[in-house]
Amino acid sequence: MKIAARESQGSTIFDVSGDIDLAHSPEMRKALLGEIKVKKIPKVFLNLREVRYIDSSGIASLVEGLKASRDMGSRLILYGLSTTVREVMQLSRLQKIFEIYDSEEQALAS
Amino acid sequence: MKKSGGKLRKGGKPDSEILVKLEMESNPESLCIVRATIERASEVLHFRETETRAIVRSVDEALANVMRHAYAGAPGKPIEITCRRVHVSENGRGLGGMEIVLQDRGTKIDPKKLRGRRLDEIRPGGLGLHFIRECMDVVEFSRKKGKNQLRLLKYLRPADPEARSEGE
Repeated sequence: MKIAARESQGSTIFDVSGDIDLAHSPEMRKALLGEIKVKKIPKVFLNLREVRYIDSSGIASLVEGLKASRDMGSRLILYGLSTTVREVMQLSRLQKIFEIYDSEEQALAS
Repeated sequence: MKKSGGKLRKGGKPDSEILVKLEMESNPESLCIVRATIERASEVLHFRETETRAIVRSVDEALANVMRHAYAGAPGKPIEITCRRVHVSENGRGLGGMEIVLQDRGTKIDPKKLRGRRLDEIRPGGLGLHFIRECMDVVEFSRKKGKNQLRLLKYLRPADPEARSEGE
């Protein structure tokens, strides 16, 4: 898994690629919580277009990020979900609790 | 959805055939190798893409559970994975399928604790077992000779009636 961070108008965009699995979900969690809780970034975007696989530990790291953003009064926004990621979101019945958009353009305009 | 059973067929032909047998250690970095292997094995048996993803997801989650719970996160512990093409009978019908058996020498797991959490709770964790139960037709846990054993089975079902009628 690779995570690259970009800045856009005071927000952070993480471009994530590869597999968010048991080996890599701690890194995902650390990156999210660092932006949300430590840097107190008001909007954090996760670009998941290049994510090939996500497991339950990866979903758990996103849920932790979401909870932290709610505690901080900020927003965690996901976009570009692949079929695999969408399936796992549906299986965990979490797709409705996340802000999810198809494209970066739509996400940034939200 | 049936969650236990799946009798092996008795008859002239072999009931099962080993597709691949893997030995790995409880290192999360190795999970991607197993996922790729199981994906190819599912494709060889002509599972559809959604089913292949479901099988891969189930095996991955089961292995993650072994690493996290049976071995409490300790690396370098042995896990065996045996993947078979099987012939099973369900309600008097013969069906092909794929059976995956995972074995570990970790802490004895209490089957009563093998429950997925309620999905209306928004919290991290506890989803892996739910994914496995949603994705596989048979999920059986046992403890034999000091080993935890998880047996997963996915039936190879014919194309759904809608798809068949389109082709007719």
